[in-house]
Amino acid sequence: MVTCVNDAMFPDTGKAVVRLLRRLGVDVEFPVSQTCCAQPMVNTGYLDEAVPVVRNFVEAFAGYDAVVAPSGSCAGSARHQHSIVARRSGDPALAEAVAAVSPTVYELSEFLVDVLGVEDVGAYFPHTVTYHPTCHSLRMIGVGDRPIRLLRAVRGLRLVELPEAEQCCGFGGTFAVKNADTSVAMGSDKARHVGETGAEVLVAGDNSCLMHVGGLLSRQRSGVRVMHLAEILASTEDAATPKEHPVDAAHDSTEAAR
Amino acid sequence: MTATFVGMPPFPEAARQALADTQLRANLGHATATIRGKRARVVAEVEDWEQLRLAGAAIKDNTLLHLDEHLLRLEDSLTAQGVTVHWARDAAEACAVVAEVARSHGVDEVVKVKSMATQEIGLNEALAAEGIAAWETDLAELIVQLGDDLPSHILVPAIHRNRAEIREIFLRHMAAAGRPAPDDLSDEPARLAEAARLHLREKFLRARVGVSGANFAVSETGTLVVVESEGNGRMCLTLPEVLVSVVGIEKVVPSWSDLDVFLQLLPRSSTGERMNPYTSTWSGVASGDGPQEVHVVLLDNGRTRALADEVGRQALRCIRCSACLNVCPVYERTGGHAYGSVYPGPIGAILNPLLRGVGVDAQTDSLPYASSLCGACFEACPVRIDIPSVLVDLRAQVVDAHRASAHRLPKAEAVAMKAAALAFGSGARLGDAEKAAGLVGRLFGQGGRRRLPGGRRLLGRLPGPGAAWTDARDLPAPPTESFRAWWKRTGGGRS
Repeated sequence: MVTCVNDAMFPDTGKAVVRLLRRLGVDVEFPVSQTCCAQPMVNTGYLDEAVPVVRNFVEAFAGYDAVVAPSGSCAGSARHQHSIVARRSGDPALAEAVAAVSPTVYELSEFLVDVLGVEDVGAYFPHTVTYHPTCHSLRMIGVGDRPIRLLRAVRGLRLVELPEAEQCCGFGGTFAVKNADTSVAMGSDKARHVGETGAEVLVAGDNSCLMHVGGLLSRQRSGVRVMHLAEILASTEDAATPKEHPVDAAHDSTEAAR
Repeated sequence: MTATFVGMPPFPEAARQALADTQLRANLGHATATIRGKRARVVAEVEDWEQLRLAGAAIKDNTLLHLDEHLLRLEDSLTAQGVTVHWARDAAEACAVVAEVARSHGVDEVVKVKSMATQEIGLNEALAAEGIAAWETDLAELIVQLGDDLPSHILVPAIHRNRAEIREIFLRHMAAAGRPAPDDLSDEPARLAEAARLHLREKFLRARVGVSGANFAVSETGTLVVVESEGNGRMCLTLPEVLVSVVGIEKVVPSWSDLDVFLQLLPRSSTGERMNPYTSTWSGVASGDGPQEVHVVLLDNGRTRALADEVGRQALRCIRCSACLNVCPVYERTGGHAYGSVYPGPIGAILNPLLRGVGVDAQTDSLPYASSLCGACFEACPVRIDIPSVLVDLRAQVVDAHRASAHRLPKAEAVAMKAAALAFGSGARLGDAEKAAGLVGRLFGQGGRRRLPGGRRLLGRLPGPGAAWTDARDLPAPPTESFRAWWKRTGGGRS
């Protein structure tokens, strides 16, 4: 499960997950009928609109040993909210399908540490990094210190502690737009704490939160980039994550001429 | 007299004003961080804290399940001890009872113990309309009342004020309400407390009618309980001849052993103390000791409406500790006034819509959205109210209410959600949408020269609702190739 945000906006994260899991010997498939976990609808109050999306989700992911998502929030939505949507639909078959698929959904760090039993994934990333535990990964599904343990095992990586790490960054889905001022006030404090660490890279397990904090860090010309945990774990001595985005560069004549 | 919340704008607008108040931001940031730290320390030292939380939630749930029986038992126990019990369906009925008691004794003033229920029903304003002054005696409530201000926190209603502002309020307004503040008043906490003490002492000794709420009402013995820090409550509960207590019907607990659990949970969660300084309990009239005429007003005011809500009824477990406010990243930045109610913060965001009902006014309907759903409130709640889940359920109720009425639905949002439901209904349709987004990215991305840290191209200013994002935050341009397209082009990343 690549998630809609990663599919449409952050394909490099999806590619990193594929690279990482294959390196660890996992048989990876991307069911092309997948779309979204329906959280944007559920958390904005549109339950009727969420029903076809959840139906599509359970059809796409039925029958796999594990559904791995590079997002604590989407994994949390599948595990905790799909049953609410199924109840709303009044369709017992959908409720049954949800009950079968939900328990197979894992956030990436959970899958690596609990199912594969690895903490050292053979990654190399020679940079100073600070980690933001996203709210849904921390409090909704409880990944605990799994991401930290994975990061500590990355060669060359220096992990610095983020002050007030457990405070929300202010993204909150449609909250970021419906209550934009409060959202930005929260994000500004998060960005300030990131700056205090002196890290080059802010890492997290959810690109939606990173899009918000990263958008603020970029607007401030902070010189700090944001990266998904999967991209750091996928980096090796042979194939360190390139500095520029290759997808972007391929379509950019200025970039190609440089 | 105290101002009211009537006419407050919806949360996003009220929050915008609060966020620009630099003094408020500084005061709140400092105060909430201090209380958060204290709470975390004293909670950590209780080994069976999680068991206590479970017990607290279970006791409240069981009591709410048979609320009718417990309330009748409470009424019997109270009546047997000389208490006059009144039942009030709403704020107007409750206020009328208190006013009638005051009138029957011919008084033009009452002294008050800090009480959320009386704030909720607007008792001070109702009494003022009858020519009766209701004096707040809790230090923070006194500050709010003297400053013609509104409470902004359940436990610390003047949390938005610092001591320099409090000195100013005392110097300007104490004289009009009784004994004036000394001319040489400084902003030292001890001097401020002394000024309040001298001012209040006169009122305690003079008043013939006291008004309180109750933190708990034990049905087996007909005992009301007030938990406090300053001792002003005990003055109000013991000195006047007449006492009227306004008690929400959800405050009932069956027995003293149940009370035991909450007296452990409440002080650690609220003030971050192992035990609160004063716990007052009284069971009706004691001959020759304390008030000789005692009234209890059992208040509904929307509680039975909340009880009928299958998901939301857990909000009635609330013991008004404020732990959720202190850990809330939204509350910490906006303060309490933005919520437009005496119940602010995460609990206010669910309790107000549950008590009032949704789909009626825009302010109430904005409250369930006043949260990033970070879940810190649920983690801190001593009675395990799953506030994020209730918020999500209430959001669905808000949308459904507008669906049913077929108007006032935020149109752009509803259309966007329907469009998203269509696109997310199948992978093929999402692929088409992503191709369109990639095209848009190429069009808009070509113009801008700026890059995100790391080198990715970013979008310029977005129109419409998207402007709420790009006003303050950069946004990467959609990639020219989605993950799905890459997967197809490379045969699953193998070529």
